[in-house]
Amino acid sequence: MVLSASDKANVKAVFTKIGGQAEEFGAETLHRMFHAYPQTKTYFPHFDMGKGSAQIKSHGKKVAAALVEAANHIDDIAGALSKLSDLHAQKLRVDPVNFKLLGHCFLVVVASHNPALLTPEVHASLDKFLCAVGTVLTAKYR
Amino acid sequence: MVHWSAEEKQLIASVWGKVNVEECGAEALARLLIVYPWTQRFFDNFGNLSSPTAIVGNPKVRAHGKKVLTSFGEAIKNLDNLKVTYSKLSELHCDKLHVDPENFRLLGDILIIVLAAHFTKDFTPACQATWQKLVGVVAHALAHKYH
Repeated sequence: MVLSASDKANVKAVFTKIGGQAEEFGAETLHRMFHAYPQTKTYFPHFDMGKGSAQIKSHGKKVAAALVEAANHIDDIAGALSKLSDLHAQKLRVDPVNFKLLGHCFLVVVASHNPALLTPEVHASLDKFLCAVGTVLTAKYR
Repeated sequence: MVHWSAEEKQLIASVWGKVNVEECGAEALARLLIVYPWTQRFFDNFGNLSSPTAIVGNPKVRAHGKKVLTSFGEAIKNLDNLKVTYSKLSELHCDKLHVDPENFRLLGDILIIVLAAHFTKDFTPACQATWQKLVGVVAHALAHKYH
């Protein structure tokens, strides 16, 4: 799966529009994922899962920052997320299926906050981008 | 048998009550064909699917989207009896239409995104969780008669 020039432009536009809300989106993405897919909580047994959890906020910020970084280096996502890829392969070892769940919840967050932004074309591009990020993060698993 | 709490039934009913089945169905199917273009394989006779604009404006896509979501409404009316309700439809999708059940999951997730865009902040995490369960159960029932 390859990101076309228009995919890249669409993704960059989304993150420009989201701007400073990215952190909030990251937290809400996690919150929705934990709620809709309880099995994802197994990776965070030490987390307070309540609404407004400081840990979810903080982790959401990290997730958002990684997505922003990937969008800002969209021509070389593997390069931009190389260290994060190592971390997931060697230490975190989150099962690859979960990246799809996170990506889906991120789309839900964007849709619910800014439906006009998520045209079908942008939806397609963003979905591809999130898949690409998941692929990079699991690339060194074996 | 899947168990539905009173709260879940309420979250399903309150969303469904406000859904325009024709619009929502058309949008969900169009997005499925746009976001996952390989799903177009089932619709060779639909005419012009050459671009997102063509897909969104395609009258066959709209009509079929409405049909699909109307059927989804039947599922909602028969939550406690879903496998039986969808028995013939499941056989049809397997024996005649030859649709990989993965496509039901893809459409379910697209529907969730369409609902999120429509209901915005009212599509709360609790709402999403209930609807994820619903689309999963519907997909499972549709795949149940596969052999």
